[in-house]
Amino acid sequence: MEFKGTPLKDKDIKEKKVFYVDWHVKANYAWDCGIALSYFFEGLKNGKIYGRSCPKCKRITLPPRMFCELCFHPTDKWVLLKDTGRINTFSVSYLNWDASRREKPQVPAVIEIDGASEGMGILHLIAHPEKIEWENLDEVLKYIKVGTKVKAVWKDEKEREGKITDIKYFIPIKEEK
Amino acid sequence: MQKVAILGAGLTKFSRRAKETGKELAFYAAKMALEEAGLEIDDIDAVVCVSAPDAFDGVHMKGEYLSDGCGASKKPFMRSYVGGGSGVFGIINGWYHVASGTFNTCLVVAEEKMSSSMPHPQGIFNAIYDQFLERPLGVNLLWIFSLEMQRYMAVHKIPLELIALVAVKNKKNAIDHPCAQEGIPGNYTVEEILNSEIMCWPVTRLMVSPVTDGAAAVVLASYDFAKKFGKENIWIEGVGWCLDTSYWTNRDLYYPRYVEYAARMAYEMAGIKDPRKEIHVVEPYDPFAYKELHHLEGLLLADKGEAPRLLEKGFWDRDTLNGIPSSPSGGLLGVGNPIAAAGLMKVIEIYWQLKGKAGKRQVKREIRRGLAQAWGDLMQVGTVVILGK
Amino acid sequence: MKERVAIIGIGYTQLRPISPEVSFREMIYEAALKAYNDAGIEPKDVDTFVAISEDYYEGTAIFDEYVPDQLGAVLKPVHTITQDGITALAACCMQIKTGIFKIAVLEGHSKASNILYPSHIDAFALDPILVRPLGFNPVFLAGLEMQRFLIETGNTEYHTSLVVLKNKRNALKNPIAAYPANLSIEDVLSSNPVSFPLKELDISKKADGAFVIILAKESIAKKLVDKPVYIEGIGWLQETPNIEKRDLVNAIYLQGAANMAYKEAGIKNPLEIDFAEIDDTFSYKELQHIEALGIARPGESGIMLEEGYFDPEGAIPINISGGSLGCGNLHDANSLRGIVEAVLQLRNEAGERQIENAEIGLVASWRGIPTASGGVVILSNRE
Repeated sequence: MEFKGTPLKDKDIKEKKVFYVDWHVKANYAWDCGIALSYFFEGLKNGKIYGRSCPKCKRITLPPRMFCELCFHPTDKWVLLKDTGRINTFSVSYLNWDASRREKPQVPAVIEIDGASEGMGILHLIAHPEKIEWENLDEVLKYIKVGTKVKAVWKDEKEREGKITDIKYFIPIKEEK
Repeated sequence: MQKVAILGAGLTKFSRRAKETGKELAFYAAKMALEEAGLEIDDIDAVVCVSAPDAFDGVHMKGEYLSDGCGASKKPFMRSYVGGGSGVFGIINGWYHVASGTFNTCLVVAEEKMSSSMPHPQGIFNAIYDQFLERPLGVNLLWIFSLEMQRYMAVHKIPLELIALVAVKNKKNAIDHPCAQEGIPGNYTVEEILNSEIMCWPVTRLMVSPVTDGAAAVVLASYDFAKKFGKENIWIEGVGWCLDTSYWTNRDLYYPRYVEYAARMAYEMAGIKDPRKEIHVVEPYDPFAYKELHHLEGLLLADKGEAPRLLEKGFWDRDTLNGIPSSPSGGLLGVGNPIAAAGLMKVIEIYWQLKGKAGKRQVKREIRRGLAQAWGDLMQVGTVVILGK
Repeated sequence: MKERVAIIGIGYTQLRPISPEVSFREMIYEAALKAYNDAGIEPKDVDTFVAISEDYYEGTAIFDEYVPDQLGAVLKPVHTITQDGITALAACCMQIKTGIFKIAVLEGHSKASNILYPSHIDAFALDPILVRPLGFNPVFLAGLEMQRFLIETGNTEYHTSLVVLKNKRNALKNPIAAYPANLSIEDVLSSNPVSFPLKELDISKKADGAFVIILAKESIAKKLVDKPVYIEGIGWLQETPNIEKRDLVNAIYLQGAANMAYKEAGIKNPLEIDFAEIDDTFSYKELQHIEALGIARPGESGIMLEEGYFDPEGAIPINISGGSLGCGNLHDANSLRGIVEAVLQLRNEAGERQIENAEIGLVASWRGIPTASGGVVILSNRE
């Protein structure tokens, strides 16, 4: 069998040995947040995390939603949750979103928030409890593992905009016995 | 319901950057598939195209753009899209074109040209996340895989060395694949895999499949049409697909239940009661080393948490006589990952294995039935196809 | 399978220029809830789901991820077809005809108001090497085609303006329409030139909205609902993505799709249909499509329109819903709007717009600039 295809090298592009056309697309959007997320963001602006309960299956959902996707029933009540939680899973990233390399790592995690149903997590970042920035992988693993308790650190009230970034990050805290 | 056969398959070389445009890659793969089937484009009644995000090629509505390269001019044409699962889903889409009795032949083409997006295609994956709650955090693709890998390892207490073994196995298998991307296959040790650059711990560079351009194609035909050819045909015995909720942070990522549901649908259609005995060769989707193990468990070919221990024992090796060879092609880790084309490459591998045409990659044990599986979206979709003689 | 496929439920939202108080999830949930209620079934009864969307219209790479929740489709077979509504309807029909799936759900929507630079997105669909670098606003393609079409067929701008008048007036009787109006010929002819001979009022404006359609095989449909609407024939075709090779006068894609649909439905003469919902993204397109469907001979669509053939009281009312010009342009979901109107007509539930003795309806779609791709479906209420 004969397989077709002509592999190029990076320098073929850089040294303009092949013809190419480039274009930057203006793909800007302003998405409507809708009822559930608007209330959620209003809550974040006031330093509060809200979930929403489903009257049929009794789950307290987070992120809040106007309908329960499992029983297809409209949800009914806003439930004020705590701003603490537990790490469901985490990672230590040396890459930025555009694949460029980071010198100091970032720690994304799925955090199950206290007050919501079991397994209701949100995605956010974990910071070093004192220094904020992590030095390296080993330092992170000293403080964090799956199950570690964490607490949200909020922006100052006047800096909050009603976005997920109103919570700056979560930090690991000691468990109260 | 009409039985559906595969009459021919085509594949292009996989490369980090191909000189060919997306249309040209699709054409090469489609032509090769038609040649094996002994058909001309006029014999094809309908065309299906699959390709992952439009952003890679840099064309909105890219199905339309690629349609002529896929041979779809003046034909009924559709493009289906389930993210990374599209490669295997293309076959499923083509299957219902023929199984419904609507068409006698259908050409399925998968194309991917990731190199067009600059500076690096990975940036596009930022846009797969929720625009309200996740993108503002600067999320990148590797986060979600490393989060899932961490959960899988933590719940089952799997050592990193066993996960690295998948990369070792697949990169070695791929040495024998003529389309493999330059520089990707090789004889690596577990240490080399573990010591490669940390991208997003616990994921290291050699545990990730590369960015690739490539295309694949398959010709499907109905039983009545295929009968005329007289040769031994390979049949689609079962298909299944399933999509989980987009709220991935509400799910426990240690187990891909969407793969299980898709697999059950396919097993039921194929009349398979005991997959571990009745599936003889498998190509699970392996964009990351741990994913192969994760999926093998979802496919019910191993108990939860057991796939890595079986790997250690050689159960998934290509040469195994008592186990189930897994990714004999070398998979995405070894051959390359042109997302949609990679899934179809896996189906084509099962097809060639069943026909005895896999050359140096031919598995040692006897096989009558094989399964190919792809995954995609936000840890969400499982697509499964079962082929048999 | 010899049984026909039937539509047993429809659900839809108001069509509006903006929909700021609902997210796409909440908008689609409303349509889905109404559809399930209409069909008298629950999400758990459904075997397969199909959605239509294009990444760049949504602003999300892999929009397929966000499909299942608002349809109640979590952990079920769901996939996205990136084509127009009629092609996706065909995908549902083919799945049901395999005999493995009994009930299917089809969803399509538009949140066009969330796209900040729509012409940049349209331009992004142009061939990146030969066409896009020319830097024209992509609507130039419609101008080119309209110019050629009018010259070759002898239809005139007066006729295309009549299309705008008819459709916007029809929309006055459609409670969900976004852009109903009572205009005069002068209004249209003197509207701002955009890409000669295309003028501002010749172009349908974007709108937001969602549609959900539920299908079942005939034997199940008859048990579930009193008035199933049957799909008698369906076809879809791609002409070519290359503008240079395209037929700018004849909508080849619709000719091919119509042949496929007429053959399956056993229709020998297109004039057998009672009404049609035909794509009118641009005013001239309605005329071009009418000729491609064989409802008018080449060059005669304008005259027939002038004589009232396609008016609400005419022989074959076209776009009684108001079309895209009257209801709003919903991208690929336009044909779903057409299908919903056809269902309402065939069930005798179209209120003020009801056509007498409607038995067979036709819906024809086009994917918009820069494509030459579309579909045709023929629906009936004949038992």
